[in-house]
Amino acid sequence: MADKLNESAVTEPSSSPATKTGAWRSQRPVVDLDKCIKCYICIDLCPEGAISALPEKGGVQVDYDYCKGCGICASECPQKAYTMAPEEK
Amino acid sequence: MMPRKTVVEGSMAVAEAVRLCRPQVISAYPITPQTHIVEDLSKMVADGELRCEFVNTESEFAAASVVLGASAAGVRTYTATTSQGLFLMFEVLYNIAGSRLPINLTCANRAVSAPINIWNDQQDSVSLRDAGWLQLYCEDAQEIHDFQPIAFKVAEDPRVRLPIMTMMDGFVLTHTYEPVELMDQELVDSYLPAYKPVVKLDVAHPLTFGAFAQPNTYHEIRYMLNRAVMGAKPKIAAAFKEFNETFGRDYAPFMEEYRSEDADVLVLSLGSVCGTIKDAVDELRTEGQKVGLVKLRMHRPLPKAELRKALDRASVVAVVEKDISMGQEGIIATDVKSAFAGHDGPTVLSYVAGLGGRDVPVPDVKKVFKEAAAWKGRQAPDDPIWLGLNTGIIPEVQ
Amino acid sequence: MMEIRIHGRGGQGSVTAAEILAQAAFKDGKFSQAFPAFGVERRGAPVQAFTRIADHKIRNRAQVYEPDIIIVQDSTLLEVVNVFAGLKPSGVAIINTAKAPGELKIAHTATVRTIDATKVAMDILGRPITNTTMIGAFSGATGAVSIDSIVTVIRERFSGKLADNNERAVREAYRQVGGK
Repeated sequence: MADKLNESAVTEPSSSPATKTGAWRSQRPVVDLDKCIKCYICIDLCPEGAISALPEKGGVQVDYDYCKGCGICASECPQKAYTMAPEEK
Repeated sequence: MMPRKTVVEGSMAVAEAVRLCRPQVISAYPITPQTHIVEDLSKMVADGELRCEFVNTESEFAAASVVLGASAAGVRTYTATTSQGLFLMFEVLYNIAGSRLPINLTCANRAVSAPINIWNDQQDSVSLRDAGWLQLYCEDAQEIHDFQPIAFKVAEDPRVRLPIMTMMDGFVLTHTYEPVELMDQELVDSYLPAYKPVVKLDVAHPLTFGAFAQPNTYHEIRYMLNRAVMGAKPKIAAAFKEFNETFGRDYAPFMEEYRSEDADVLVLSLGSVCGTIKDAVDELRTEGQKVGLVKLRMHRPLPKAELRKALDRASVVAVVEKDISMGQEGIIATDVKSAFAGHDGPTVLSYVAGLGGRDVPVPDVKKVFKEAAAWKGRQAPDDPIWLGLNTGIIPEVQ
Repeated sequence: MMEIRIHGRGGQGSVTAAEILAQAAFKDGKFSQAFPAFGVERRGAPVQAFTRIADHKIRNRAQVYEPDIIIVQDSTLLEVVNVFAGLKPSGVAIINTAKAPGELKIAHTATVRTIDATKVAMDILGRPITNTTMIGAFSGATGAVSIDSIVTVIRERFSGKLADNNERAVREAYRQVGGK
C-alpha cells in the first residue's frame, strides 16, 4: 500500500546510501587477492566509493550493493588483479 | 529526400512539413518533449535542406520575441514549445495576437509545474485559449504533418492575420514512430504561396506595431481582434477544403464525428486519446451499445453551432479532456456547456483524465461510456469527475 | 494486432530496435507504431520500448499492457524487472542468454526462446550491442516481420561496414533461432 501524498507535495531528500546502485550492473569486478599489492589505487578511483580495504590483512573488497560495474578498477589496477565477470548467475 | 510514404517519428513529421512550407525565420528554445522537432529543423538548416534563419535564444521569452520581430518585418516564421516554455512566452503571445502577426507555433502538449512533470496533458495550450491565437488539435502524426501548410495559409490570409497554434501530444506523438504520407514540395508550393504581408516594418514606410492605445480606441481594437478570430472560421473551413482537394485527404475542419450519427452516449475529446477512444467505441458497438466520439479539432474560435449540431442527438455527452480550470471543471466541458446555454441539449459531463501523462487505456474509456449512460435525463453534477483517480494515496482533507 | 515489448538497458538500443521493427513491418505492408516507455533515462537503467503491428491503421495510443511477445536484450534484467508482467499466456519470450530455456526457471506458460545474442554481437560487431541481433532472432522465432524487410531497414539506417556487419548479425541470429 503506497504512502499517502502530503498536501504540499513536498518530498524528502534522499541520500546516496539509500539507492543500491548495484542493481544497475551488467558486469562485476572480481579481485584476485593473491595479485593485490595493496596500492589502493582502485579505492581512490572508484567513482562510487564501493571499494574498501580489508581490515588487518589488507587487500580490497568490493561492495556489490553499490558497485555499478563501470570497470575503472579493472582498467587501472597496475597488477591486473581484477577481472570483469558477467553478472548473470 | 525521404520516401513519401514511410514510418517516421512524429517530431520529424512536423519538422518535414515545416521545411516544406519554406519558413524564413525559426527561433525556438529546447524543452522536452519538443526537442526533436527543433533539432530536426536545425539539422535541416545546417545541411542546407532548409534555407532559413535559425535563431538560437537564451529562453522561450526570447524565442517568441524573435519570431514576433521577424514576423513584423514581413517574413514567414515558426516556433515550437510546450508547458513551462509556452508559459514563459505568455505575455509575448498576447502581444503577437494583439499585433495581428501570423506566426505558426507547434505546442508539444505537456503538463505544467508544480510539481514538475514532463509527460503529456493539455493544460498548457488550453491555458492560452483567451489570447487570440487560432488553436487546432491533432490526433496523429499525419494530422500534425498536414496541418502545417493549412496553419500558415490561414494565419497569413490578409483577411485573417492571426497567429495559430497546432497541438500534438508530447511524447505520445512527438516520440512515436508511425506511418506518414509526406507531402510533395510541388503540391505544398501550389497550396501555400509565398507570404505577402499587408503591413510590415520597413524603413521606407515607417509603421509602429503594438502602439499605445488609449481607452478611446483599445476597446474597439480588442473587438476587432475577436471579430478576426470569429471570422477565421469560414477561412479555416475553406483552407481545409482546398487542402483536401489538393492532397487527397478528407478532413472536416472543426471536428471529426466517429460513429456518432445514432449515438445515445457521446464522448467529446481532443488529441491522440481520440485514437484510443475510437477503439473503445468499436468494441462497445460490437456489444450493441449506441456510442460514438466527437473529436474536437478547432478549439479557437469555438465552433458553437457545429458543436450543438454534432452533440444534440445524444442524451449524454461526456467531455474527456486532459486539463482543468482549478476551482471549476474541465475547460472544454465549460465551452461545450456554453454552446448549449439557452438551448435544450444533452446532459454534459466533465471528465478530467490523463493529467501528467497518466495513461488512458481502452478499459478506462469504456468505463466512461458506461458511467455516462447512467446520467441520462439527470442534471450534470457541478464538480468534474476524475478518471482513474488513485484515492489510496490521497490524504484526507485537513 | 500484435503487441511487442522490448526490455533492455539505456544505451543498448532498445528504442532503435522498436523503431526498426516498426519500419520493417511497414515494408512488409503492415501498419505499425513504435514508442519508448517515455521518461527520464540514463545509461544502464532498465528501459522498455513497444511496437504494435497490425493489418489496419493503429489508433490506440495507450501503453502496451498485455504483449504477445517480449524481447529481453539483457538477461540480467530477469533479476530486476518482471519482464513477464502481462505477457499473454500463449505468448513468446525471446531472451538473450547463453543458457537454455529450461535453465532459466521461468514460471510462465509462454514459449521461451533463447539465443546468445551477446556472443553473436561480439563475434560479428565486436561490441555487446544486441538490439539488431535480437531483431533477427525475433524474425526467426515468430516470422511476424520478414528478415528481408529487416535487412532493408538496417541497410537504410546504417552504411558501410556497420551496415554489412549488422546485416550479418541479423541473419546469423535469424538462422540460429531456426528462421526459414
